[in-house]
Amino acid sequence: MTAALEVIEAPAKAIEGRSPVLLAMRRLRRDKVAMISLAVIVLIVLMAIFAPVVAAITGHPPNEQYRQIGLTPDGLPRGPNGTFWFGTDDLGRDVLVRIAYGARISLLVGVAATAITVVVGVVLGLAAGFLGGIVDTILARLIDVVLSVPFLLVAIALVSITGPSLSITVLVIGFFSWASVARIVRGQVLSLREREFVEAARSLGAGDTRIMFVDVLPNVLAPVIVYTTLLIPVVIVTQATLSFLGLGLPPPTADWGGMISESQNYYTTAWWFILFPGIALLITTLAFNLFGDGVRDAFDPRADRLR
Amino acid sequence: MVMFLIRRLGHGILVLWLITVAVFGLFFVAPSNVAQTLAGRQATPETIALIKQRLGLDQPVWKQYLDFIKNALHGNLGYDYYHQVPVTTIIGQALPITVSLALGAAVLWLLLGVFNGVISAVHPRSLADRGLTLFSLFFYSFPSFLLGLLLLYFLYFRLTLAGFTWFPAGGYTGITQGVGSWVQHLLLPWIALALLLAATYTRLTRGAMLDVLGEDYIRTARSKGIRERRVIVRHGLRSALTPVVIETVFSLPGLGQTAVVAINQQDLPVIIGIVLFASAAVVVANILVDIVYAVLDPRVRLH
Amino acid sequence: MTEASTEPQPLLRVQDVRKEFPTHRGEVVRAVDGVSLEVRKGETLGLVGETGCGKSTLARCIAHLYDVTSGSVWFDGNELTGLSRRAMRPLRREIQMIFQDPYGSLNPRRRVGSIIGDPFAIHGISKGAERKKRVQELMELVGLNPEHYNRFPSDFSGGQRQRIGVARALALRPKLVICDEPVSALDVSIQAQIINLLADLQKDFDLTYVFISHDLSVVRHVSDRIAVMYLGKLIEVSPTDQLFEQTRHPYTRALLSALPVADPDTADSREQIILAGDIPSATNPPQGCRFHTRCPKARADCVASEPPLEPVFDDDPAHRTACFFPLTIGEDLSTAVPELVDLPDREAS
Repeated sequence: MTAALEVIEAPAKAIEGRSPVLLAMRRLRRDKVAMISLAVIVLIVLMAIFAPVVAAITGHPPNEQYRQIGLTPDGLPRGPNGTFWFGTDDLGRDVLVRIAYGARISLLVGVAATAITVVVGVVLGLAAGFLGGIVDTILARLIDVVLSVPFLLVAIALVSITGPSLSITVLVIGFFSWASVARIVRGQVLSLREREFVEAARSLGAGDTRIMFVDVLPNVLAPVIVYTTLLIPVVIVTQATLSFLGLGLPPPTADWGGMISESQNYYTTAWWFILFPGIALLITTLAFNLFGDGVRDAFDPRADRLR
Repeated sequence: MVMFLIRRLGHGILVLWLITVAVFGLFFVAPSNVAQTLAGRQATPETIALIKQRLGLDQPVWKQYLDFIKNALHGNLGYDYYHQVPVTTIIGQALPITVSLALGAAVLWLLLGVFNGVISAVHPRSLADRGLTLFSLFFYSFPSFLLGLLLLYFLYFRLTLAGFTWFPAGGYTGITQGVGSWVQHLLLPWIALALLLAATYTRLTRGAMLDVLGEDYIRTARSKGIRERRVIVRHGLRSALTPVVIETVFSLPGLGQTAVVAINQQDLPVIIGIVLFASAAVVVANILVDIVYAVLDPRVRLH
Repeated sequence: MTEASTEPQPLLRVQDVRKEFPTHRGEVVRAVDGVSLEVRKGETLGLVGETGCGKSTLARCIAHLYDVTSGSVWFDGNELTGLSRRAMRPLRREIQMIFQDPYGSLNPRRRVGSIIGDPFAIHGISKGAERKKRVQELMELVGLNPEHYNRFPSDFSGGQRQRIGVARALALRPKLVICDEPVSALDVSIQAQIINLLADLQKDFDLTYVFISHDLSVVRHVSDRIAVMYLGKLIEVSPTDQLFEQTRHPYTRALLSALPVADPDTADSREQIILAGDIPSATNPPQGCRFHTRCPKARADCVASEPPLEPVFDDDPAHRTACFFPLTIGEDLSTAVPELVDLPDREAS
């Protein structure tokens, strides 16, 4: 048996092997802006989870209409006061409570649709890039088609046909977003495919599926993670837009896009009705975008990029 | 070069055809009771059947599709269900509005883009530069409908209250009815659209956008420059061509709003016509972009 | 080897293998153009040539990473050519490859323990703690610290990474190991370590090597026999000593003359053969003997037809040369003048 040779070369780094993901996380933790946005996100999540608590504190369930105390004698919404901290909407409902419940919808759709999008997009992108041939041809054409169609119009049409519901919204958004992910992944895989470690895996006898998921996928993860965090706010805004156009959840469910839509007729008289849901939406989107930027920078710190 | 053109065109036609199949399939697979709606609540089954027949809805789907394609190639996209107006006419009426919106926004966007470029080139990393980055992040996060509504609130409502009736509440007047009025009605929508587009563009040129993320890791700097611009143009095209939300908020009867109305009425020929038109525009625009870049950079042709 | 019928069957037999690649312009590159050779169990065959001569391609044909255009490859009595991926899988345990690039041949996103353990995982041999134990044994075997099991390739130096590659190749105790320029990317001081490691492992595990390199001095140290390739063809095959002491092919002599020599006295007296021109295009190789365009001894016969690979003068049957005018012992090539005129791809020397 060969005795262990003295390795007279430069010693391996003293740090225990850290995966690039963990390294990026360390960088992220030091990014103040990103951490603040993360805190904001956590707050919003908490608000969504504890929406019933908000309702309990104010004493107003989200869909309860307070026509007597919530509306002026002319039937218009009341502004922020002692009872309704954020004022009421056109039906006398507590805006604050509805915003809290609305967070649930936005976050749910944001996360669910993004998850579906990423999973489908990654798998199909891997398959297209790695397997090549007719699989790639078909998938690449499919991606082109999906990306050429005017998303909003078709989404509206689809939802109006099937009737609005949570799952339909998630599916429709996911249906149009996977193509972008797949395109990115496919591009990456095409170049990774020629790398020697893929050849090495083949020489060991690994099959296509194994190489795709064990060898190629970890190398594609970094951009995928970044894309996912930046995709969530896009999905949230898309859902709000659909809701604004009347294709959100059926009333009386509280959701930010729908609230803003309802507020359109009252923006001259009830500024709180449009402003507070609007701010909630804006802050959420900003927080996710800032955090996403932080994640992106953590994975790929570039000196020339300006924040 | 010729080979590239042929390939690209062929690719585009294939995509276009696939879109027609997909769109047609999607809309016809879904059950629609247009005939019922048209006939009214009291209608007898016979009346409904008659309406169905007149609209050609009783034919098998594939036959409807073939008829549609045949007509489309002759320039006929069908007639709307309610008033029998040719879809091409409807599109023709709505298109100038959307184009006005898009063009004006594009001009504003170019100005903003030049401004942004100058700042980042002449005073990189300065306060103004960083401010621009933050600005672009801010507007990038802004939902379009919210931006439109807020512009209306502050620049229409509040200003009008204060006595400055500079901006209307919405609507559109054709350019033939006076340029001033035309501009006045379009100014707020232009600002909204331009801000949104500029935000996306700025983020892209500062290496922040999604679609070029993957490219960062594999392309050389120079080709990345070309790629970025292509992606910007594509993004820009996609969102600028159907500014549905802006049109809805500002009551501009362009393609987007017409489509939304048609959707609410389940007016299938109009919906399909507009969707196909918009998709075709995107495909054609992409082809043009690719051709331009192929002329500029021969390496692109070898893709 | 080809003649003696009393000898056992060679472990590896390559028979008239050709490998072509289409180019963008519709032409064909003949990377390997009719190569036949054999490797006996336990020996090391060195495969030498300049960049682009086709040795890496040949290696991959042997390892069945490429499908050959024509010809056949036999391993241990099994024909590899034309085997489906599924049928090839069990044989992959017997034939392994060590790659040239220590930075590219290891997946940067995977931990070293996982990389070395890959063969076990792929062939479903052992799992969990047992696999880990085996991997750590392998790490020790090649001179790595088994506690670095969880590190990433980026934590290691070039030489150490090659050791990882060696460990990975040996995991399943293969019979044949194809080493594709395993030390070319390493510092000279590290090269010796890796070569010695490979030599030790060969003894301990009864391995057969095909050792590819562009550096004759490296190959000399490890090989029992050497095959020299030029532009897709073998031009000289011989037991190592004879190749160096009785060099027959002008190209081989030129390669030898380019080797650095330690002793300054012998260095001065050694003839310097500087070949004219660059390697000709692989899509349109020269007619006749491919080397004639750069050969100091080229004659008209060399253009007319290709010389066969066979023993010349009174050489050992194991020493074959493809040349019409092979070198005699002691022949001074530096003064040779080619007798060809008006050749289009000939450059003035």
